[in-house]
Amino acid sequence: MGHGTTHPHDVVIIGGGGAGLRASIAIAQENPGFSVACVSKVYPMRSHTVTAEGGAAAAIKPNDSLEDHIYDTISGADWLADQDAVEYFVNEAPAEMVQLEHWGCPWSREPDGSVAVRPFGGMKIERTWFAADKTGFHMLHSLFQTTLKYGNIVRYDEHFATRLLIDGRGRCRGCAAIELRTGKVRAVLGKAVIVCTGGAGRVFPFTTNGSIKTGDGMAMAYRAGVALKDMEFVQYHPTGLPGTGILITEASRGEGGILVNRDGHRYLQDYDLGEALDVSDPRHPQKRAMELGPRDRLSQCFMKEMWAGRTIETRDGHVVHLDLRHLGEAKIDKKIPFVRELSRNYAGIDPVKKPIPVRPVVHYVMGGIDVDGDSATGVPGLYAAGECACVSINGANRLGSNSLTELLVFGAQAGRHAARFAMDNPDCDTADLEAQAEDEGDRIRRAWFGAPSGRGERIAALRTELHDAMEDGAGIYRDAGSLRAACDKVAELKERYGGVALDDRTNSFNTELTAALELESLLDVAEAMAHSGLERTESRGSHQRLDHTERNDDDFLAHSLAFREDGAPPRIEYRPVTITKWPPGARTYGAGSGLKKRPKGDAA
Amino acid sequence: MPAEQTMTLEIFRYHPETDSEPRFQAYEVPYDEDWVVLDAINWIKDHVDGTLTHRWSCRMGVCGSCGMMVNGDPKLTCAAFLKDYYPRPVKVEPLVNFPVERDLVVSLDGFMEKLEAVKPYIIRDDVNDTSGGEYLQSPAELARYKQYSMCINCMLCYAACPVAGHEDEFLGPAALALGHRYNRDSRDRGRAERLDVMLAGEAIWGCTFVGECTAVCPKHVDPAGAIQQAKAVAAQEYFRRFAMPRGAKDAGA
Repeated sequence: MGHGTTHPHDVVIIGGGGAGLRASIAIAQENPGFSVACVSKVYPMRSHTVTAEGGAAAAIKPNDSLEDHIYDTISGADWLADQDAVEYFVNEAPAEMVQLEHWGCPWSREPDGSVAVRPFGGMKIERTWFAADKTGFHMLHSLFQTTLKYGNIVRYDEHFATRLLIDGRGRCRGCAAIELRTGKVRAVLGKAVIVCTGGAGRVFPFTTNGSIKTGDGMAMAYRAGVALKDMEFVQYHPTGLPGTGILITEASRGEGGILVNRDGHRYLQDYDLGEALDVSDPRHPQKRAMELGPRDRLSQCFMKEMWAGRTIETRDGHVVHLDLRHLGEAKIDKKIPFVRELSRNYAGIDPVKKPIPVRPVVHYVMGGIDVDGDSATGVPGLYAAGECACVSINGANRLGSNSLTELLVFGAQAGRHAARFAMDNPDCDTADLEAQAEDEGDRIRRAWFGAPSGRGERIAALRTELHDAMEDGAGIYRDAGSLRAACDKVAELKERYGGVALDDRTNSFNTELTAALELESLLDVAEAMAHSGLERTESRGSHQRLDHTERNDDDFLAHSLAFREDGAPPRIEYRPVTITKWPPGARTYGAGSGLKKRPKGDAA
Repeated sequence: MPAEQTMTLEIFRYHPETDSEPRFQAYEVPYDEDWVVLDAINWIKDHVDGTLTHRWSCRMGVCGSCGMMVNGDPKLTCAAFLKDYYPRPVKVEPLVNFPVERDLVVSLDGFMEKLEAVKPYIIRDDVNDTSGGEYLQSPAELARYKQYSMCINCMLCYAACPVAGHEDEFLGPAALALGHRYNRDSRDRGRAERLDVMLAGEAIWGCTFVGECTAVCPKHVDPAGAIQQAKAVAAQEYFRRFAMPRGAKDAGA
C-alpha cells in the first residue's frame, strides 16, 4: 500500500450519488474556472440513489400549495424538523425539479405534455413526480450524464475515502482515499469539502439498502469532531419483500394498492388512520389516510398486528399482504412495472394474480451529519448533503418522495456555498495534509497487513452480531433495556474490532480491506444510533419507546447531537428545534387531516 | 433433517500481483433455492475466502455492478438463481471483452470513454433556464426514447457482442443506444453534434447486426434496434453532408 500523488482541486466532493452529482454541477456552474473532484467508492451510476422507485415531491400543480407541502412535511416529521429549513426546501423544490427535467429526466407525463404527479404517503395532495417506478434510477443517470458535459468535474471513481484531512487552522481541506485499483492512498485536496456519502441502512440486517450503504461519510465526520444529529430516527419502510428486503415502492399504494392481514382485513383502519373506503370508491386511495399514511405509523401498525397474531408466518418472518390485483394488469404495467418485475423475480409472485407478501424493512436514516440551513458543519470548509446529512427537514419521520428532492435542493445549495467558501478562502498550505494522507496509508497498512494472517475474527462474524444487536435493540419499538443492550454490544464489538484479521494482504482491489473499513463505519454509526435512542426518553415519529410512550415536547422538542469520545460512549447534547409558524400539534391522519388554515403571515 | 445440500461454484481467479495467468478455483456452497449466484459468491467471501474479489451493491438488478459470465452467458448475478443450475456446477467468470483487473472485476475505462463520447445529455441553449417551467413532452414523445433510457450500464451487451471485443473504434451497444436515446428526445437539439461522433470511422458501422446485445439485455432495451435505426439516420446524414453539402446546414432539426 504505497502513497499516491497529491491532487489539488478547488472543491472536493465525497460521494457520487444524487447529492454529490448535483453539487458537482452547481460548483462547475458557479465557477467554471474551478476544478471539482468527485471521489466515490463506486462508479457514480452504481450509487444507491439508483434504487429509489416511487418519486420526488415538488408542489407545482394548480390544486397544490407550498404551504401544504410544508405542513405535510412538518407534521410528518412529528414536529422535529427545523421549519425554516423545510420552508427553504419546499420553496426551492419546483425549480430544482424543472432543472432536472431540462437535463433530460424522463418524467412520466400528462396527455398535455406537462409533468404527471401521483399521491404518496403523508401528503395531502398528489405532488410526487415520477418516472414510472424507476425514479431514482432515471434521476441518477440524468445527473451523471449531465456531469459529463463539464470538463472541470474530475472523477475519482472507485476511490474509497477513509479520512477527512483537517489543516493546522482547523479547516477541512480534503480527504485521504484508497485508489482501489492500485491500493495507493491518495490525498485529494481542495479549499472546501462536501460529504455526500448517503445513509447507513447496512447497520441493520434487513434493509432495502445496497451493500455500499455503510455510513462511511457519517463516520468520517463523527471522527473529525462533527456531531451526528437525530441518529435515533431510523425509518422502516412498511413494504419490503421478505428474505431479500427489496423495496416494493409506496407508489404501489399511491396507485391504489391495499394492505391486508391474515384475515384479509384492512387493518390500518383499526389504528386511527381513517376509514377503509372500498377500492372501487372514486375517493380511493384517500390522501393522508389508510395505506397513504406515513411510513412510521404503518410499520408500527404491522408490529401491533404481529403481536396480536394477525400476520402471516413465513420462512422469512411474519408478513402481511399488499394487494394490487384490483388495479389490473394494464395499470400495473404502465405505472409500476418494476414492482411486477421484482415481485416475480424475487418473491415468485405475479401481483396481477396474487397479493405480494411484505414486511417492514430498514430504509432510511433521518439523522446524519449535523449541518445548518446552509449545509455547513461546524468545521470550516466542511459541508454535507443528502441522506448522510441532517439539516433537518425530515425530523422524526421522513415522508416518502421528499428524499430525492432533498438530494437536488441541498446538493445544489451545498455546492454553491462550498464554492463561495473556496473563493473567499483561497490561500492554502498543503504540506501537512500530504503528510496526514501518508500517515493514513501507514496506519491502514499497519492495522491490516501487519498481523499474521489466519488468526483473528472474520468481518462477517462481527457484522452479524452487530445486525442482531441493532435489530433486537433499536428496531421499530425499543425500551431502555433493549437500547442499553445494543449500546453494550456495540462497545464490545468495537473492542473486538482490533482482533479482526484479513485473508487478503494485497494491494490491488482489496475489497476485504474495504469491507473491514466499512464495518468500522457501521460500528461508529450504530453507537450514535443506540446511545441517542437510549437518551431520548419519549416516543416521537420513528422512535417508539415502550417505556416512554408519549411525545414530550417540554423536554424533547430538540435535536440530539452525538459527539464521539475516544474509548468512551458518545456525549449527547440537545439543540432546540426551530419553530417558525407551525406550533407543535396533534399528528392526525384520516379524512380531512392536514393543514386546516393558513398560518399567520405569508408562509412561502 | 436431510444432510445439507450443496453445489459447486468454479470461479475464475486472477491476481495481477501474484498470478502470471488465470486459474479456476472450486468452492462448495450451501444450496438454497432462493439464492442467486451473487449470494453464493458473497457467502464464499464472508465465510471461506476473503480474497475472492467481485463488485456488487443493490442486489435488485438496477445498479449494474454484478455482471459476470455464468456458465458462459453474460448475466447479472443478482438475477441468476442457483435453482436454474442445480445440481450441476456453475462456472463464474468475469465479463468477456473487458480487461480483467482482478478475479471477477473488469476494467470499465474503455466503456466509460465510449459513454462519454456520445454526448449523453440534453443539448440546447436554454437548458439551465428553469423560469419557463418544464419543457412539454407528450406521452407519445416520451415513448419514442423511453425504452433506450432504461440501460443500467451493466455491460452485458458488450460481453455478448462479437464486434466489441476486437474493434476498439466501435462504440458498442449501450453507448450507441444511449446516443440514440438523446437523438430521439423531443427536448434535445444536439443530434448533429452527436452524429459527428457516430459517423466517425467504425463507431457505428462496426455493428454486424447479430442482435446478441438485445437478447442478453436484462432491462429489455433493444440496442440492436437502436443501432439499426441510428445507422439509417447516419446514412441519411452522411449522404446530406458529403453528397449534398448544402443540405448539411439544417441537419440538426
